[in-house]
Amino acid sequence: MIEIDDITKTYGENTVVDRVSLVIDPGTICVIVGTSGSGKTTLMRMINKLVDQTSGAIRIDGEDIAGIPAYELRRRIGYAIQGHGLFPHRTVGQNIATVPKLLGWDKKRIADRVEELLTLFQLDPAQYRDRLPNELSGGQQQRVGVARALAAKPNILLMDEPYGALDPVIRAKAQEDLLAVQRQFETTIVLVTHDMEEAIHLGTKIAVMDKGQLLQHDVPQQIIANPATPFVAELIGSAERPFRLLSLGKVADHIEPGEVAGTPLDAGVTLRDAYAELLWSGRPALPVTRDGKVIGQVTLAQLARLAARPQ
Amino acid sequence: MRIGLLIRLIVLAVLLVFLIHPDTFAGFFSLFTKPNQPPIYNQGSLLDITLNHLAIVLTATVASTLIAVGLAILVTRPFGAEFLPLSRSLANVGQTFPPVAVLALAVPMLGFGTAPTLVALFLYGLLPIFENTLTGLTNLPPAVTDAAKGVGMTGWQRLLKVELPLALPVILAGIRLSTVISLATATIGSTVAARTLGEVIIAGLTANNTAFVLQGGLIVGVLAVLIYDALSALERFLMARTGQLGRAAA
Ligand SMILES: Nc1ncnc2c1ncn2[C@@H]1O[C@H](COP(=O)(O)OP(=O)(O)OP(=O)(O)O)[C@@H](O)[C@H]1O
Ligand SMILES: [Mg+2]
Repeated sequence: MIEIDDITKTYGENTVVDRVSLVIDPGTICVIVGTSGSGKTTLMRMINKLVDQTSGAIRIDGEDIAGIPAYELRRRIGYAIQGHGLFPHRTVGQNIATVPKLLGWDKKRIADRVEELLTLFQLDPAQYRDRLPNELSGGQQQRVGVARALAAKPNILLMDEPYGALDPVIRAKAQEDLLAVQRQFETTIVLVTHDMEEAIHLGTKIAVMDKGQLLQHDVPQQIIANPATPFVAELIGSAERPFRLLSLGKVADHIEPGEVAGTPLDAGVTLRDAYAELLWSGRPALPVTRDGKVIGQVTLAQLARLAARPQ
Repeated sequence: MRIGLLIRLIVLAVLLVFLIHPDTFAGFFSLFTKPNQPPIYNQGSLLDITLNHLAIVLTATVASTLIAVGLAILVTRPFGAEFLPLSRSLANVGQTFPPVAVLALAVPMLGFGTAPTLVALFLYGLLPIFENTLTGLTNLPPAVTDAAKGVGMTGWQRLLKVELPLALPVILAGIRLSTVISLATATIGSTVAARTLGEVIIAGLTANNTAFVLQGGLIVGVLAVLIYDALSALERFLMARTGQLGRAAA
């Protein structure tokens, strides 16, 4: 658990983070969104002491981080930096191995871990392990940056716009991988993004910041349905609200009995994707399958009800 | 690149032959002598003098490097930051002082011979290395220094594993400048009886023998060019090895 308690950071006259309080439960993903310069990075960097707060306190599992030596704290917290920050003079493999090496893991274990992570991020170890970062594309560098942050299996992961340079296909894959890793190890993740879609997809809760202040910290449904201020509403985009709401649900939870004709949908897809398919097919209902077997139908009327503003 | 390397190797071979068997070139150098003048320097072995010249330059440059890099590391640490301006002006003073003046001041204290020359070359070599090391250590990409902190490296680990390796090509550029300056400046040392190639030039000037002057000058010049090129090549190699090709060196 990360407790951010009334934290403030000022640079001279400038209050960059303004009395923010936030509790992030263990094993959850907190996504921080906000305009450029709203203090997201600064807030995140106070958690691993890269920035010293002007006032307030941060506790991890009840322990005030002020009492932990900075280098020790940082080895426990994975940090995927904005703009990857790979060491240019070290190979991809050596970059990923940095923290395990600092922690004194043995060679075999480090090599296995590097291999495992490269494979997870779709970078063939034989081909990429011994390359220097400048021999990778921007998207590959970002994935190596995330792999480095994950290497020592930290309990807490800080990620600053980790997927900015990825194309939509690889981005979606990277998000799924992150969710899988997060569920498996119950990692607590703090992630900054400019992409509302990503925030709603990944966030257990979303924290909205503006001018250093925390405007709202709540589950995505609440942020969409009941934005705390006009700014939050604007950030979500009012025209997008029904679709964002739909993107939170899965077809599996809204199956109706009945058999209809048409190209079947898998029960695992989001309601939003189902809605798009229904509109595109021009039919009022489509069959739903699980493991290739038809188990019912999903209807346009039902989705329209679900997309309406919650009462 | 290949052709350049070949030319340099040939030049090096010619220089070695000349130093070991200077008489091979007697015919060529007699073109520059007046009748009855010896065409080849005859007051000592050219090889010995050249090696001594190089040894003085090497000693002075190693000493400058140790002190300048050490100083630059100290003043870029948090605890040494307040000494940054002071150390900068000290190194500047070392550079603006004319080498002849350093020799003149050092002789009364150290006597004639190699010692005052070493002191002058040492002081002279400090500034380029110090400035370049500062540049190298302070102009690292912020994301990289951030990441070094972020992964939990201690101050020493950051210095040894990230900052120095990345700054190395720039530091080496400073050492290269220093070496070449010292190589030329060392000739003045023979005015205070240090055994350097200046001796050959001065002998030529006093005896009005152009061949001697040419020999001393050519050896220093060729050495300077070869050493400069070799160190440049080493820098390029290090830039590539540290994934920094494309980042401009200072
Ligand atoms: N070291 C610093 N000194 C002075 N001001 C700073 C410093 N670091 C950040 N700031 C200021 O603090 C404000 C917040 O910066 P921060 O990097 O936290 O923004 P951000 O929300 O992460 O923005 P972005 O989305 O563009 O990354 C900015 O106005 C920035 O100029
Ligand atoms: Mg930022």
